[in-house]
Amino acid sequence: MSTQSRSVHRWKDDPVLTVEHMSMRFGGLLAINNLSFEVGRGDITALIGPNGAGKTTVFNCVTGFYKPTEGRIVARHGTGAQVAAVEHATTKGKRWHSTDAGAVFLLERMPDYEISQKAKVARTFQNIRLFSGMTLLENLLVAQHNPLMVASGYTIGGILGLKSFKRAEKAATEKAAYWLDHVGLIDRADDAAGDLPYGDQRRLEIARAMCLEPLVLCLDEPAAGLNPRESADLNLLLRYIRETHGTSILLIEHDMGVVMEISDHVIVLDYGVKIADGDAAEVKSDPRVVAAYLGVDDEAEIDVPEVRKDLIEVTGRTKKGAGDE
Amino acid sequence: MAGTGQVPAGTTPVAPKNADVPQTRMARALRESLIAGALAAILGFFFLALRTDIVTGGLNVTTRWGLWLTAIAIVFAGRMALNLFWFDRDWGSGKPARKTIVAALPSGKTVGRVALLFALVLPFLFMALFPNKDRQFIDLSILIMTYIMLGWGLNIVVGLAGLLDLGYVAFYAVGAYSFGLSAHYLGLGFWTALPMAGLLAATWGLILGFPVLRLRGDYLAIVTLAFGEMIRIVLINWNDFTGGPNGISGIPKPTFFGLEIGRGEGSFGDVFGIPYDPIHRFVFLYYIILVLALLTNFVTMRLRRLPIGRAWEALREDEIACRSLGINTRNTKLSAFSIGAMFAGFAGSFFATRQGFISPESFTFLESAIILAIVVLGGLGSQIGIVIASVVMVGGIELLRNLNFLKQVFGPSFEPTEFRMLIFGLAMVVIMVWKPRGLVSTREPSATLKEKKLIKADQVAQGEGH
Repeated sequence: MSTQSRSVHRWKDDPVLTVEHMSMRFGGLLAINNLSFEVGRGDITALIGPNGAGKTTVFNCVTGFYKPTEGRIVARHGTGAQVAAVEHATTKGKRWHSTDAGAVFLLERMPDYEISQKAKVARTFQNIRLFSGMTLLENLLVAQHNPLMVASGYTIGGILGLKSFKRAEKAATEKAAYWLDHVGLIDRADDAAGDLPYGDQRRLEIARAMCLEPLVLCLDEPAAGLNPRESADLNLLLRYIRETHGTSILLIEHDMGVVMEISDHVIVLDYGVKIADGDAAEVKSDPRVVAAYLGVDDEAEIDVPEVRKDLIEVTGRTKKGAGDE
Repeated sequence: MAGTGQVPAGTTPVAPKNADVPQTRMARALRESLIAGALAAILGFFFLALRTDIVTGGLNVTTRWGLWLTAIAIVFAGRMALNLFWFDRDWGSGKPARKTIVAALPSGKTVGRVALLFALVLPFLFMALFPNKDRQFIDLSILIMTYIMLGWGLNIVVGLAGLLDLGYVAFYAVGAYSFGLSAHYLGLGFWTALPMAGLLAATWGLILGFPVLRLRGDYLAIVTLAFGEMIRIVLINWNDFTGGPNGISGIPKPTFFGLEIGRGEGSFGDVFGIPYDPIHRFVFLYYIILVLALLTNFVTMRLRRLPIGRAWEALREDEIACRSLGINTRNTKLSAFSIGAMFAGFAGSFFATRQGFISPESFTFLESAIILAIVVLGGLGSQIGIVIASVVMVGGIELLRNLNFLKQVFGPSFEPTEFRMLIFGLAMVVIMVWKPRGLVSTREPSATLKEKKLIKADQVAQGEGH
C-alpha cells in the first residue's frame, strides 16, 4: 500500500507478532476483514480507530478468546521473521515450532491459556478484570500460576512442604513486590484489589500481566478513565516496561495524546479494515484517518481523489461519508 | 412534621440535631405504629374477629372482639418497640461498634485451637457429665462431625472454586457403596476400603465433571443435580449388584489395628484389659471421623496456600481473567471437583461402616441440600463457619426433638415435634437476613506481604450459579 512505501519500517524485518489476512465473522457481521499487520519487536504499537472499528475483536483473536474465521496469527520468540519455521509449523499442522533461532507460535491454533503461558502474549481488559476479592499480592501470585504449579510438583510437593517450593514461592512474592513497587502500589499490597481506586486498578492489571513475563503485552484502553497526571504516569510506566524488560506493547487507545506521544507504530482500523499503517506522523497526516475520525461532511472533501478512492474501497459506496453511519 | 424536624438537622451542626431527634422519633414511631395497628385490624378482622363454625344447616358466626383488639394492641406495641429501639438506632455509630466487637473477638486461629481441643475431649466429657445419655450424645457428635467433613469437602467446590454443586451426595454414595460392595463381594475391611472409596469417588468426580464443567451458572447447578440423582437411581435399579432398594447390610465395623472393638477373645478390650462397654465402639467411631475431618481441613488449608488453591479462588472471582493469565480453567475446575468428591468418598465409607447398612434412601437430594446449606450458612470458603453451621443445623434439628417442656407452656395437646421444621426454617431465615453472606463472611488472604487484613464479604465474588 502507498503509506507503507513512504519510509523504512523496521517492524517489517523483525516482527514479534504478525496478523496475516485475518477475518472474523459473527453470523452475518464481518467484524474484521482481511486484516494484516506487524508488531515490531520492542516497539510500542497502537491500534486505533473509531468506536466499533473492531479493535477489541482483534485483541480477542490474538489472545485466543475468539478463533478467527480465517487467517494466521504468528508470535515469534528470537529475532527475525523466521519464515521457514512458520511455514513448517503451518504445513505440518503444529501449534508451535522451535528452532535454534527461536520459536514460532501459531496463535489461532492455540487455546487462550496456552497463548499467555507458552507464546508469552499477555493482555489486559477494557473493563478491568481483577480478582477483586483477593489482595494485590494474591492477584500477582495468580499470574505466576504456571511456574509455581511446576515448583509445587503439581501440588503434591506443595502439600508435603518441600523446600524448593518455598524458595519458588519466595521468588514469586519478590517478583510481585517488584511490580507492585513499580506501579506505586506496594503500600497497598495486602488490601483487596476491589478496594483500589479506578486508576490504581488499571495499573495493577498491567502489573499482573507483567508477572507473566510476556514478550508481547496487549493493553486494551489502558488510559481510559485516567486523569491527565495518571495518563502521564502510564506513559512513563509503558516506556519503563519496554526499555527495561524489552516487552513489545500493542495497545488500543482512544487518547490521542498517549498514542501520538509514545507509539512507534500506529495502525488505524475502521469497519474492520486497516486504513492506515505507519509511524505517528504518517498516520496523523493521512487523509483517510482524518476522514474516519472526523467524518466527511460534504462532497467537497470526498472530492479529494485519494479520499474518494479509499472510501469506495472501504465502504463500497460512492456517495455517503464513512462517518455518517 | 418529621420533615421539618429533619431539614435543620441535616444542615446545622450536632447540638440542635440531638434536641430534635427524640421528638420526631416519637412522632414517627407513633404514626408507623398506628398504621401497623390499622393493618392488623383490617387483616385480623376476618381471621380473628369473626369465627365460623360448621353447624347443622350452615355456618354459625361468632365474634371475638377481645381477641381481635388484643392482636391489634400487640402489633401496635411491637411496632412501637421496633421503631424506638431497633430501626431508629444510630446506624452511623453502630458500624464502628460492630468492628470493635470483631477486633475484640479472638482470632480465627485461637477459636480453631479451642474448638479442636474441645473436639478431642468431647466423648470423655459426655461420659463424665451425662453417664445416662452419653451414647446418644456421642452418636450425635459423630453425625455432626460427618456433616462438618462433608461441608469442608463441598467447601472446596462451592466455597473456593465457586462451582455450585447440587449433586454432592452422589460422591458420598459412591464412597459408601464402594465400601459396602467391596465388603460384601471381596470381604475387604474398612481401612483397605477407605482409600479406595476416596479414589473411586475422585474418579467419578472426574468422569461427571468432564461434561458438566463446560456449563456455567445455573446450568451447572441443574446438571450436577441431575447427575446426583442419576447415581441414586442407578443404585436403586441395579438390583443384582447393589441390592436395589433393599441396600447392603452386614457391613463390617472398623478395627483398631486389627483388633475388633467388641466382646470376646482377641478384641480391643481383651488385649488392653479394659472391661467391655458398648460405648467403646462409639468413641472409636468418633475419633475416626474426627481424624478424617481434620485431614480434610488440613489438606484444604494447605491447598488454599498453594497455587492450585489460589487458582480456584481466582476462578471464582473471574474466569476470563484466569484464562488470560495462562490458567487451564478446565483442569483447575476438575481438580476442585474431584478433590471435593474424594473427601465425600471418605465420609461415605465412614457412613457405611457406622451404619452397618446402606441403601439408596440415605443419598437423596435432601442430603445434598443440607450439606450445601451448611456451606452457605457458614459462609462460603470459611472453615470455622462450616463447623458452627453444622453444629447449628444438625445439632439444632436433633435438639428440637426434645421440646417437651413446651407442653407445659401450651398445654398437653401441643405436639412440639410437629413444629420442629417450622422453628428450624424460621431460624435459617433469621440467620440469612442477619448475615446474608453466611456466619463468617470475611475472607482471609492466602498470602501476605506485610500484615494480614481480612477482606470484606462485599468484595468477594460468589462464583457460578449463586
